[in-house]
Amino acid sequence: MPDPVVEVRNLTKRFGEFTAVDGISFAIQPGEILGLLGPNGAGKTTTIHMLLGLITPTSGGIRMFGLDLARHREAILQQVNFSSTYISMPYSLTVEENLRVVARLYGLADVERRLEDVMKRLEMEDIRHKLTRKLSSGQMTRLTLAKAILTEPKILFLDEPTASLDPDIAHKIRGVLQDVRRSTGLSMLYSSHNMREMEEMSDRIIFLQRGQIVAEGTAKAIVERYGQSDLEDVFLKIAREGG
Amino acid sequence: MKLHRIMALLSRHLYLYKRSPPRIMEIFYWPLLDLIIWGFISMYLMKFQGDLPGAVTFFLGALILWDILFRAQQGITITFLEEIWARNLLNLFASPLKPSEFLASTMAMSILKVIAVSTVMVLCAYAFYSYNIFIIGASLVPFVLNLVVTGWTIGVMTTSLIMRFGHEAEVLAWSMVFLFQPISCVFYPLEVLPGWLQSIAWFNPATHIFEGMRGVLSDGTLSTIHLTWAVGLNLVYLALTILLFHKVFAICKDKGLLVRVGE
Repeated sequence: MPDPVVEVRNLTKRFGEFTAVDGISFAIQPGEILGLLGPNGAGKTTTIHMLLGLITPTSGGIRMFGLDLARHREAILQQVNFSSTYISMPYSLTVEENLRVVARLYGLADVERRLEDVMKRLEMEDIRHKLTRKLSSGQMTRLTLAKAILTEPKILFLDEPTASLDPDIAHKIRGVLQDVRRSTGLSMLYSSHNMREMEEMSDRIIFLQRGQIVAEGTAKAIVERYGQSDLEDVFLKIAREGG
Repeated sequence: MKLHRIMALLSRHLYLYKRSPPRIMEIFYWPLLDLIIWGFISMYLMKFQGDLPGAVTFFLGALILWDILFRAQQGITITFLEEIWARNLLNLFASPLKPSEFLASTMAMSILKVIAVSTVMVLCAYAFYSYNIFIIGASLVPFVLNLVVTGWTIGVMTTSLIMRFGHEAEVLAWSMVFLFQPISCVFYPLEVLPGWLQSIAWFNPATHIFEGMRGVLSDGTLSTIHLTWAVGLNLVYLALTILLFHKVFAICKDKGLLVRVGE
């Protein structure tokens, strides 16, 4: 088995008395999409923020590409990107200007090719010169995804990337992500509250509840283990009754 | 430090200003208003030239230099606030960008703002009041450089507080610098202050810069004592505030505040 792209060991984050993430361990293999599932406050976003170096863990370790995040932040984040419903991009810049700034920030070579590729993949040619503040929520999601895949990362952290999108656009976005994975071997950590989306996208799922992993495996295996008809019923069972 | 990352942030802000007349106006609006008001006050005081020699030179010179300090501070703080307002902090700090590179880009932005504002003020002062700040001569260079560094120090300190205390502290971006104005002796000499306040003001680099400027204007000599104090204090304070920024950045990452202020 190849070395994992991400290796998390006993990761814990406490904010005062509150334990947001409680000793979780998992790994993401090259080209794998790992689903991160759990009710609000389960620790999904905190976990992603720790993986991005935005929150310092209380204890435990994060290694990516064989390197320790705490010691090799710059080298690791050069190969990582993320997208979330909860972020935005500078609204007074056009779509293209925002992407050019990202390209400079990551010191990308071959910027024109990458820009054209990303515009084409996400069908953004028509909004290329549009001001970001004038984008619809679907277009904004495409822009944050565009900035994430523009840098051709080896792993992508996605925090509810399709929340607030209509089913058609959400379907297209998932298609683009699958397409990028097929063509580049990209790994992903994918958080969502949409159970069908999780089943469709994830090779494997970890289910977080009160900061702990309470279930892990393929969507099918988790459904079978809990004796439910689908992942949504598993979600309800775990969220209401605990692990 | 990687230059391309600093240039990336600089280009992001230049894009912003390129098509934002309100932002451009904000840079010039207050300096021009100040210049007009203080210009008229100075002209009025000129009637009493005997009692207040060189009033125009003192006041307009002080005003222009104060605005350099103010814009240098704003260049740092507003650049940070722009990232908060655009909910862009997470994009930046989840990238390979280092906090030191972020600070360097705000300092570069600050220099651009200072150049823009001081050019306009110097030209307007000359056009409206026939006032030429370059009568200060070569001494102007160390004064201006020191004022920019003082502005950076206040700017980095303010930015650290906003990062730590969030949106509620945003008002500090406009008010913090004025906390230092009374003890900066911008429009009056140090000796005017009560003794205890003079002791405090002595440890403010801006005080030495404005005292030094008045010395040059009154007898044409550059006080090396004031200049040395200004440079020394600036170096110490700037180093301390950069350390403070890094410390606060680490605290914010530990408490999850960076994420909260950025979303």
